[in-house]
Amino acid sequence: MLTVDHLDVWFGHAPDRVDAVQDAIFTVAQGESFGLVGESGSGKSTILRAIAGLIDTWSGTIEVAGQAVSARRRDRAFYKTVQMVFQDPYASLHPRHSVDAVLSETLRLQGMDDIDRRITRLLSDVGLGSGFRFRYPHQLSGGQRQRVAIARALAAEPRLLLLDEPTSALDVSVQAEILNLLADLRAEHGLTYVMVSHDLAVVGHMCDRLAVMQGGRIVEVMDVQALRQGTARQDYTRQLIAASEGYARA
Amino acid sequence: MTLLSVQNLRVTFPTRQGTFDAVRGVSFDLGRERLGVVGESGSGKSMTGRAILGLVRPPGRVTADRMELEGQSILNLPERRMRKIRGRRISMVMQDPKFSLNPVMTIGDQIVEAYRLHAGGNRAAARQKALDMLAAVQIRDPERVMGAYPHEVSGGMGQRIMIAMMLAPDPEILIADEPTSALDVSVRTEVLNIMDRLVRDRGMGLIFISHDLNLVAQFCDRVLIMYAGRIVETLAARDLHQARHPYTQGLLNSLPRLDAPVDRLPVLERQDAWRDGDMISQSLETEFPGGL
Repeated sequence: MLTVDHLDVWFGHAPDRVDAVQDAIFTVAQGESFGLVGESGSGKSTILRAIAGLIDTWSGTIEVAGQAVSARRRDRAFYKTVQMVFQDPYASLHPRHSVDAVLSETLRLQGMDDIDRRITRLLSDVGLGSGFRFRYPHQLSGGQRQRVAIARALAAEPRLLLLDEPTSALDVSVQAEILNLLADLRAEHGLTYVMVSHDLAVVGHMCDRLAVMQGGRIVEVMDVQALRQGTARQDYTRQLIAASEGYARA
Repeated sequence: MTLLSVQNLRVTFPTRQGTFDAVRGVSFDLGRERLGVVGESGSGKSMTGRAILGLVRPPGRVTADRMELEGQSILNLPERRMRKIRGRRISMVMQDPKFSLNPVMTIGDQIVEAYRLHAGGNRAAARQKALDMLAAVQIRDPERVMGAYPHEVSGGMGQRIMIAMMLAPDPEILIADEPTSALDVSVRTEVLNIMDRLVRDRGMGLIFISHDLNLVAQFCDRVLIMYAGRIVETLAARDLHQARHPYTQGLLNSLPRLDAPVDRLPVLERQDAWRDGDMISQSLETEFPGGL
């Protein structure tokens, strides 16, 4: 579904050029859920943004559903295949657009017909009743906003969903609801996920395989079994797992 | 020994729909210990911290039967007297150093200003104190950091600078509101170690506000669990995983765990009874289990 090969991403120009991602290589199979983990600044979100077309200063190969994508231009078919859900539902929804406006605008942009029926469907898909349709973001809780953001991503009926820390702005009880929702949607719609998170437990719960990043490079690609059993090959991965287990008094 | 005693603390805000009670009758005593305050957003945990420091602005109202710092009432003091307590005797570290440091002032100037405001003294002595504090929070090159602006340091370093600034006047109580939530896990351990050591060496009382149950269980001595503006359960941190209140249990269960994979995460079913039900509390002998 997704192939990333020798991907370099940079910002700025020499001599101030920052190489945010260097030589990233991984593939994600159809229907798979793939995690990207690492500390802030490790380049995990940058990879996601390069795939989504939000950054154009990259080289290498990105193939989505067998089609190589270009750094500069993406066609409408691309955005029908790939959609993204962002970290902060408080920032990613327009404060003066109602849920109805958000979804109908997206559907119209995607060239969909029968918009009224589709909005009802999308809202019920993400577990919001039709009573939420004419609400504004400030009338929704954080979890409900993230459900709207997920509905907006699903509006294009994508096959690949890019999830950038989808629950890190939410309370743990709400996080559980959103993670369950994402798992259900993946099973129902046969979606492929690429999920960025700093929380290894969340990635362990959601993903089949994951890449561990440090300083712009992928240091290890492993499956979740190895993460659970602590059989990481790289020292850095083992440190990260140990640190994420919590605080041991020095 | 009790540093801070709070009895029946209430914080209310008038709204168009009537008054909103952000904190509804919170009572606790703080000794020389690490006290964790856990709850979800909107549970009133941050508002409790702000009320203690007199940081609730009108039209918000703070009432309590008692709010005493070492026997002296600090409830609704006039701002001029509160300023002598805030920072000097009770300090606060906020969540994100990006928003709590002044972006157009060097770090050195900020620490010196904060220190002289509370302790007085000349610039040279304050500067030396600032250098010592930066060294105490394990900043390797304090001279360089003194001259740097906040945007030139990382998040973890910014948070350590905040801690250095707050601890310079030697407060008796430190209120830390999600001090590590904006930090990476590897930096988090470092910042916690520093706070832990300072609390132990100086015999401070620490109120550690957090939404991270596992972290609080490992870092604190005692935990208060808040729900809808009230404390629903209080227990020794090491017993957190044997919590008896269904809300605490629900929170713990909703966390995904690497060592115990499940297909679906249990979802918390909120019950109206939790809003006003009885508090579950351990007996007095475990009140200060970590006992410094």
